[in-house]
Amino acid sequence: MRPLLEVQGLTAGYGGVPVLDEVDLAIEPATICAVLGANGAGKTTLVRALSGLIRPAAGQVVYDGRNLDGVPVEDRVRLGLAHVPEGRAVVEQLTVDENLRLAVLWRRDRHVRRDLAEVYELFEPLARRRSHLGHQLSGGERQMLALGRALVAGPRLLLLDEPSLGLAPKVIAEILTLLARLRDTTGLTVLLVEQNVRSALSVADRSVVMALGRVTTADVSDATLRHAYLGF
Amino acid sequence: MERFVFLTLDGLARGAVYAAFGLALVLIWRGTRVVNFAQGALAVASAYLAYTVTGATGSYWWGLVAALAGGLALGALVELLVMRWAGRAGPLEPVIAALGLVLLIQALLGMVYGNDFHPVDTPFARTALTVRGFDLVSPYDLFVLGAVLTVMLLLAVLFGRTKTGLRMRAAAFAPEVSRLLGVRVGRVLTLGWALAAAVGALAAMLVIPTELGLHPTAMDLVFVSGFTAAVVGGLDSPVGAVVGGLGVGVVLSYVGGYLGSDATPVAVLLLLLTVLLLRPGGLFSTVQARRV
Ligand SMILES: Nc1ncnc2c1ncn2[C@@H]1O[C@H](COP(=O)(O)OP(=O)(O)OP(=O)(O)O)[C@@H](O)[C@H]1O
Ligand SMILES: [Mg+2]
Repeated sequence: MRPLLEVQGLTAGYGGVPVLDEVDLAIEPATICAVLGANGAGKTTLVRALSGLIRPAAGQVVYDGRNLDGVPVEDRVRLGLAHVPEGRAVVEQLTVDENLRLAVLWRRDRHVRRDLAEVYELFEPLARRRSHLGHQLSGGERQMLALGRALVAGPRLLLLDEPSLGLAPKVIAEILTLLARLRDTTGLTVLLVEQNVRSALSVADRSVVMALGRVTTADVSDATLRHAYLGF
Repeated sequence: MERFVFLTLDGLARGAVYAAFGLALVLIWRGTRVVNFAQGALAVASAYLAYTVTGATGSYWWGLVAALAGGLALGALVELLVMRWAGRAGPLEPVIAALGLVLLIQALLGMVYGNDFHPVDTPFARTALTVRGFDLVSPYDLFVLGAVLTVMLLLAVLFGRTKTGLRMRAAAFAPEVSRLLGVRVGRVLTLGWALAAAVGALAAMLVIPTELGLHPTAMDLVFVSGFTAAVVGGLDSPVGAVVGGLGVGVVLSYVGGYLGSDATPVAVLLLLLTVLLLRPGGLFSTVQARRV
């Protein structure tokens, strides 16, 4: 099958200082790919380059057979590419409902209402806090909101940057289970950046390790490799 | 006592103008973290456009429409042609660009219209209505209050109840997240500048006839009052700007009424300094707004 996302020789950084160094990566549709690596390895930078928040200095990102070079951030989400940034970027001054509706403003189809209702069904606590402001939510609720807000746009590729950060193991497990279910039922493809190696590997179909801005190994399912890079 | 009531009502009408002007400053500050020092000059340019249109058509109302439309267009142009690029260069550049625009606009207006004061007519009488022999409020002051109130209500509906308003709020608070969610933040900013300049133009249309008349620098002092209103409100708060504007208007009306109109320019500056010294974050600021 043709990969949904193909990254070739991607080099990117901040203000001329390169962080990503010729990254190659391919993700098959309806799979979860975990991206592991130490702090500062360049995982967030990779995700930001994929969603268009930073411009690559070289290399290309091909999504669904289409080169994303020059496609602005705002248009990538319209193509089905959703990015949940690190640190649960909920808009604190807006209510839960406004945060969710914000993500579907660009949609012109008739199913917007139904999709919003689905997210509320999926995340019960959000439904009870519809009119609460973002800054009134707990960490777990914020993560639900950030995730629900990405899902409501109906993405095909979900870029998740450390969704487990600061969450209880039970909540992490729930979120990962949900991702696996969406992969199996709707064919959602996920790029999952995680520090929490064990839980990430529990749902990932495939995983890669980043170090110093490079994808150092394309698969850690091999036990010896895993031990060498991750130490367990 | 009657004088006090009259000065209060007159001050509220004046304050409504400062509130509108301050609100326009707040709109831009929230969206771009820029104090739009060019807002007065842009508003005067719109008022000159109205002067020309009213002169040609003989109708105050066509002039008002032209001022609002001109304000919208000027605001959008300034964002598209100047601020967008200045903002990329650095945080101070938009402010410098705004100050440059002031000089440019005032010089151009002076060249086209001359540097004399043009008296401007009002659509309603400026003499106070008398109730049981006491001066109360002029029909024009009522018109000013009504016009500003209408604009505020329209803006409140726009921001609170429409999709565009949701986009504008989100883009102001979290531009990056908004872009990730598909909001075209660039367009939203252009719209914000357009709306702010139109509100500024309205303020100029309302206040200029009550002062010396139309002149390239006619809004300089109003800018200080409007800026004070916005700062009193905390720069981030639309409601704060409105309350601040009304407060500044009333205070200045008392100063002018009891101490003489020569004292008002000094009073505005004193007020601004006092607020900046005592509550630099403004009276309505939250802790969060002050940190920014
Ligand atoms: N905005 C920035 N400006 C300059 N350098 C940055 C910026 N953001 C990140 N970097 C640098 O880029 C490198 C990679 O950072 P990145 O955030 O991609 O790492 P990460 O793998 O996501 O780390 P973590 O696990 O801590 O989130 C780091 O050395 C960091 O210092
Ligand atoms: Mg990171």
